Amino acid sequence: MDLRELYQDIILDHGRHPRNFHAMAEPSHFAHGHNPLCGDKVTVYLQLAGERIEDVSFEGRGCAISTASASLMTEILKGKTLKDAEILFGAFHANVTGGAPVAVPPELEDDSERLDLLTGVKTFPARVKCATLAWHAFEAAVHGGGLEAAAKTE
Amino acid sequence: MTALAQLREVPRTAFDPREIRREFPIFANNLGLVFLDSGASAQKPRAVIDGIAEYYRTDYANIHRGVYALSARSTDRFEAARETVRRFLNARDVSEIVFVRGATEGINLVAQSWGATFLGPGDELVISELEHHANIVPWQFLRERLGIKLVIAPIDAAGSLDLAAFEQCLTPRTKLVAITHLANVTGHVVPVQEVVRIAHAHGAKVLLDGCQAVPRLIVDVRALDCDFYVFSGHKCYGPTGVGVLYGKREILNTMPPWQGGGDMIRTVSFAETTFQDPPYRFEAGTPDISGVIGLDMALSFMDSIGRDSIQAHEEALTRYAVAQLAAMPGVKPVGAGHRQLGAVSFEVEGIHPHDLATIFDQHNVAIRAGHHCAQPLMERLGLPATARASFGIYSDEADVDALIRAVRAAQKIFGD
Repeated sequence: MDLRELYQDIILDHGRHPRNFHAMAEPSHFAHGHNPLCGDKVTVYLQLAGERIEDVSFEGRGCAISTASASLMTEILKGKTLKDAEILFGAFHANVTGGAPVAVPPELEDDSERLDLLTGVKTFPARVKCATLAWHAFEAAVHGGGLEAAAKTE
Repeated sequence: MTALAQLREVPRTAFDPREIRREFPIFANNLGLVFLDSGASAQKPRAVIDGIAEYYRTDYANIHRGVYALSARSTDRFEAARETVRRFLNARDVSEIVFVRGATEGINLVAQSWGATFLGPGDELVISELEHHANIVPWQFLRERLGIKLVIAPIDAAGSLDLAAFEQCLTPRTKLVAITHLANVTGHVVPVQEVVRIAHAHGAKVLLDGCQAVPRLIVDVRALDCDFYVFSGHKCYGPTGVGVLYGKREILNTMPPWQGGGDMIRTVSFAETTFQDPPYRFEAGTPDISGVIGLDMALSFMDSIGRDSIQAHEEALTRYAVAQLAAMPGVKPVGAGHRQLGAVSFEVEGIHPHDLATIFDQHNVAIRAGHHCAQPLMERLGLPATARASFGIYSDEADVDALIRAVRAAQKIFGD
């Protein structure tokens, strides 16, 4: 496969200049994600207002794929509901792991298509975890029970 | 082939890696493979692969048990392997050679048998910042269990062991120094002779982790005067699942068994059991017999090439790789300037090692990217991960050139 499909310009751009890349002073939720295989680390911060994601940011160190994925995730999730996030992650996860396709409602189609930029990892099995790390950390933050939670990986 | 290319093919050492490569079927079955991950595990020569199969076909039976001729023959081959290892390490006696699953098990054996017997609360154990997790975690277990103190000898600015600072770590309570002979992340050769001298002067014993050293350096445990030495078979062209613990006889004699079972006992009754002498005391249950036979073949294979030639080859190739990488814009070898052998870690500006490894893989170049099972060292170097190229007897300058081309390809993708 052409490496250019994996390392598309938008991914390289997000990898180099990640958006929402900062710690949050008083998050309502946050979680650490860690890929012990490569040492990639990410912390996802959330400001939830009920079901609505008021703000989301992240910090950490990782490869271009994990950084770009985290950056894209924060851009897309800002202002979404937790239900939207669940659908988007479900579709994205199915896409990169080769699972059964998940239907996306029309209002989320544009966002889902943006995430499809990362589906190049599908042919690089060792890298799927890089693309999903931030999303797992997001899930852990939401469902972790406490303020702080640790994410699982694939 | 052009004259220049021919010139480049001329080996700097006494053997031609391209010739040796023919002995390794993996390369014929993976044409174009540029294998630069021998530090994680080396490929296997035909002598080992076929030798193990041949042993199963002709001489196999359980050892140390049967009175029948086949079992005796199998036992002879197993014990002949012990003699090969003794000679290879220049140990005094075969009873000093204990077969284990690998270096990790060897270190755990020393921790649980020697450590648990001779260490108590307040005793100190010195390791270094260079260590692989295998030479950290077993001692942490011991710390939790016995209340010993684990002292970490620091590295200097160039990433090599700081001998002066190491000496400062030793106190009258230091009982053991456990340290690597050759650092797996940086390829630095640790001056272990000095380490042993200093440790012994302070009354401490020394365990050396020889995983990376045994495939590349001539190791003479008597000249080193270390008390324990461990290595894994699979990194020196042997099979996985077998390794060696060397221990000075007078020390092994004082150590209790660490696992109970068959083969390690002298007499068993329900009231009392007495144990064999070393090394059998430490080899409970049926061992990885074919693994030991394979290790014998691997070490004999190394001997047939010549260990001084292997060392010279690894040294020259590492120097070449460090120089080539250092000459590239945006590329920085880790810890260059010290004597390196067999491995070079490097950073490429703006490209994470994982991205490098994926791009390299598309160019058929296999390297290790990550923390190399040495997270504390990575933390100390301020690097989340590195890319590491490591070499074997089949590696040559053309492999390094392919690596350099792959680095350029990665820079092109990330630089556009």
